Amino acid sequence: MGGYGDVQMIDENGIRVDGRTAGDIRPVEIRAGVIPVADGSAEVIWGTNHVIAAVYGPMEAHPRKIQKQDRAVLDVRYNMAPFSTTDRIRPGFNRRSREISKVTAEALETVVLTELYPRSKIRVEIEVITAEAGTRCAGITAASVALADAGIPMTDMVISVASGKINGIVVCDLNKEEDNYGEADLPMGICANSGALVFLQMDGDLSPEEFQQAWDYNMEAIAPVHVLMIEALEKANGGES
Amino acid sequence: MSNQSAHGGRDGRGSRLATPGAMLGAREGRRLGHGVVETDSGLIATKVGFIHSDEKTISVLPTHTRYTPRPGDLVIGVVEAVQSNLWFLDINAPFNALLPMSLGPGKAEFGGARNVLNVGQTVLCRIQEVDETHSSVVTMKGLGLRRIDSGLVESLPPHLMQTLFSDGAALKSLKASTECRVVLAENGRMWIDGSADSITEVVARIDRIRSMARDISNRNEMIAILSEEVA
Repeated sequence: MGGYGDVQMIDENGIRVDGRTAGDIRPVEIRAGVIPVADGSAEVIWGTNHVIAAVYGPMEAHPRKIQKQDRAVLDVRYNMAPFSTTDRIRPGFNRRSREISKVTAEALETVVLTELYPRSKIRVEIEVITAEAGTRCAGITAASVALADAGIPMTDMVISVASGKINGIVVCDLNKEEDNYGEADLPMGICANSGALVFLQMDGDLSPEEFQQAWDYNMEAIAPVHVLMIEALEKANGGES
Repeated sequence: MSNQSAHGGRDGRGSRLATPGAMLGAREGRRLGHGVVETDSGLIATKVGFIHSDEKTISVLPTHTRYTPRPGDLVIGVVEAVQSNLWFLDINAPFNALLPMSLGPGKAEFGGARNVLNVGQTVLCRIQEVDETHSSVVTMKGLGLRRIDSGLVESLPPHLMQTLFSDGAALKSLKASTECRVVLAENGRMWIDGSADSITEVVARIDRIRSMARDISNRNEMIAILSEEVA
């Protein structure tokens, strides 16, 4: 967050560079069951972000040292395809992908009933095909749908969305320019039904009032995404959608 | 926050499919079946599936399951590894099952287990015991338990197998219409034996059912496929 105050990203009428108002999220599309060989899978197109998640397992955890005697472990791997951004991403894991894999696993472990599968592993693969700010949020949302699609028992589904600050104004669901030149970023993972918070990160500075505004935007943004998640699961599993 | 009604999906949509976290209302003295847990705010679904509710029980019939072994289950296993005096079987569960020499199909000298059952061979066996970490021991001591040397083993999702063949009529008509011997195992596998033509016929039907497997509401259509007369 550089805080490039001279880059104007919202006009005097509150219209952002992509035509949205402060509280709008980008268009979202969700599909479940997109990878036939996986136990569960999902595709999330969130603005220009395109993320695919696949779930395999539960299976015996290998190597044995990662086994937990009383529960399953979530083995999450977040990866950005080399062609997902304008600058080529070097293939393989890096500091950022490891961090996102870890926070995603921790967010999802709070809703997955891991105690039902001791010594097991549930493998979650998140692949970012196209990136345009908010890939970790799209990844968590996709992984949540994929876990549900795989029949993994969960107490809720997690939706993640990020609000932030641009030109001193708090806005919902930052796009690429807003993320690059904005002043703050607050991604949150929220349980769709209970509203419980399972993941929060903050980059940049927000006053208590701005933090509250960003929090409220995130909380409001999950409802339409939850509807899309349910529709995707219904479509893939023979519901009435 | 969007909630889901006791009778299925989102409010006002009347869908019968529940998703994880969907509110299923109050317990009202009912027993909690598969895919339902009780929280402070009431019952919630833990799986994607169709809600089944009556006066006694409320459960979610899942659209996707993985086999969880229970003692007494008849299962079809594939030998994955052999040690001096035991075999490891893939029984379609998260963990391989253990078949000790004492419960195997025959005796062999220490180190000669491979002569009795080798990697890749398929056996019909029964779950003897399951520990709290879901590791299981299987036995081949029992009526009808044997090595499978003929026919073909096909698979279906375990929950679908239970739903389709729960009353026995579908299996009976499948056997009658194809003149095949069919043994159903609880781990989602079935052993089909008979003439080459009849095995091909059963496999074609299973393939058709598998393509519809995600939607349990197709149950009657699937049973009709199983009962079709051979042209």
